[in-house]
Amino acid sequence: MAEFWQQVVSGLASGGIYASLALAIVLIYRSTRVINFAQGEMGMFATFIAWWLIVEQGWPYWGAFAATLAMAFAGGVLLERVVIRPVENAPVLTVVIVTIGLLIALNGLAFWIWGGESRSFPSAFSTRPIHIGGVAFSIQDFGVIGVSLGAVVLLGLFFRFTKLGLGLRAAALNPNAGRLVGVRVGWMLALGWGLASVLGALSGMMIAPSVFLDPNMMRAVLLYALAAAVLGGLDSPVGAVVGGLMLGVGLNLIGTYVDFVGNELKLPFALVLIAAVLLVKPTGLFGRATVRRV
Amino acid sequence: MRRLLTGVEVLAFAGGVVFLLFFPRWLSDFRTSQVAYVGIYFIAILGLNILTGYTGQISLGHGAFMAIGGYTTAILVGHHGVKDLWTIPLAGLVAGVAGLVVGIPALRFSGLYLALVTFAIAVALPSGLKKFDHFTGGTQGINLFGVKGMTGTLGITVFGHKLTFNEWIYYLTWTVAVVLLAVAWALLRSRPGRTFRAIRDSEVAATSSGVNLPLNKTLAFGISAFYAGVAGSLFAIATTFVSPETFPIILSLYLVIGAAVAGLGSLAGLAVGAVFIQYLPDLSQQVSKSPGAPSVIYGVVLIVVMLILPTGAGGLVKKIGEPLTNWLFRGS
Repeated sequence: MAEFWQQVVSGLASGGIYASLALAIVLIYRSTRVINFAQGEMGMFATFIAWWLIVEQGWPYWGAFAATLAMAFAGGVLLERVVIRPVENAPVLTVVIVTIGLLIALNGLAFWIWGGESRSFPSAFSTRPIHIGGVAFSIQDFGVIGVSLGAVVLLGLFFRFTKLGLGLRAAALNPNAGRLVGVRVGWMLALGWGLASVLGALSGMMIAPSVFLDPNMMRAVLLYALAAAVLGGLDSPVGAVVGGLMLGVGLNLIGTYVDFVGNELKLPFALVLIAAVLLVKPTGLFGRATVRRV
Repeated sequence: MRRLLTGVEVLAFAGGVVFLLFFPRWLSDFRTSQVAYVGIYFIAILGLNILTGYTGQISLGHGAFMAIGGYTTAILVGHHGVKDLWTIPLAGLVAGVAGLVVGIPALRFSGLYLALVTFAIAVALPSGLKKFDHFTGGTQGINLFGVKGMTGTLGITVFGHKLTFNEWIYYLTWTVAVVLLAVAWALLRSRPGRTFRAIRDSEVAATSSGVNLPLNKTLAFGISAFYAGVAGSLFAIATTFVSPETFPIILSLYLVIGAAVAGLGSLAGLAVGAVFIQYLPDLSQQVSKSPGAPSVIYGVVLIVVMLILPTGAGGLVKKIGEPLTNWLFRGS
């Protein structure tokens, strides 16, 4: 039983990381109907900045953490203004291709500046185990769960209880009506990109201590986050979080207990499961079916 | 007017064929092989365009159908000694059937959900190929070099001129490409093409006009996968080797990039998209060789191209071509 609980907790920790990136994808999808394939690489790039601040410049961890999130926000807003806004009215696929271009360019830029070798990234939390009910858990796992879920809750409160959050929701739900009541929809979209970029940076800094920092670090995380977002429903922030946690725990349990699958088929197996779920609920577990007006 | 336009299209097509026939004369052997690969991408993008450009279903997993085609050819030629040419249509059919099988559940997904499900197929396929190594050779793949069924290694003489292996591959891929283009052109300008476009523009309106939505959407998936399978088969013949790494996830993304650069819903820009996929990585390598820099150039060029030409090369042709033909044939 001890192994089961250990797997669940470490699954929740990686699930929390997938959840924050999935939430970033959902935020952008809700407001622009576009999937940002560069979300992971934006997080990777921010994590490199954090590494540079902490290791090369000797900043304290939490100071660098805050500075990185601020820079990630500014970077997200800037990217939206410079490369996404010009293709705002282009077909969806064109915008998706632009984000794929961003993915390739950011990945190359990180290689160019910092090189391809793996670096160890400091963790904010101790790796010492903690014993609860006779089972050893790692403090780091609990820290990661706390940070990712804390960010999700904060973001939820921001959307629910602030005027800016209301404006963001209005811009996503009905841009034209929003514009009529004075919401600056264009800037709301940029703000959405900024917030998504912050979530991506967060997931990058949380995953880096366990997978090592290199330019391809976020590839797998992005795949899991996309899977989580689709599982929960691309439309639903709650779905993204639940989907991420389910995926994190599910992958760990499948990898440990289903012998045929093991570690190498873990990802394909999860994808097949998700496709099966989608066949029953095509818009994800929490997504709303679209009503079409004729 | 319509007849005139068709005339222009037929002339452009004939001109293209004549050009392709003599093009290798001016090319080195290496360049000939590169242009042969352009032909392979041309076929795959053409197939993807039928699906995405004409019925509006986005697939980010067409590399997987290429892999199915490539492995069909490799297994038949490498393990069963079948002659490579016969496996090309077979590879297309196997991939086409796989496309129909994927196409049926795909009816339930719309828009980017479908894109992500097809992407998942492309992601999952390499691990599957490694797992069933009895048929696929696992990570080692299947070698076709020097195998008896490979026509190109026999040495072919046409009109007293002995073709090199690369010239043979060039003429093979472009012959297939030209035939498949003609088929697609005929298909898309007649009833099926109109039906597909109606579905793309409004599924509700199309259904109301009596279009069988499930049948046609699945059919488009099958046809598109057939094209990808043929492209994959030619890829296997050209590289004389397949392994899970021959068809990586990035290939599926490259195909979508090629289709977008070529322009969706138009056949005029296909060659531009195929050239883009084949040459941009090389060109970026030539600009700078420091690690990472070529990717930066690739990404930036891609973004800039999309910003300048949001509807691709085909959209540009339409933008220039329509006023021009209107002006030229104002009287008719």
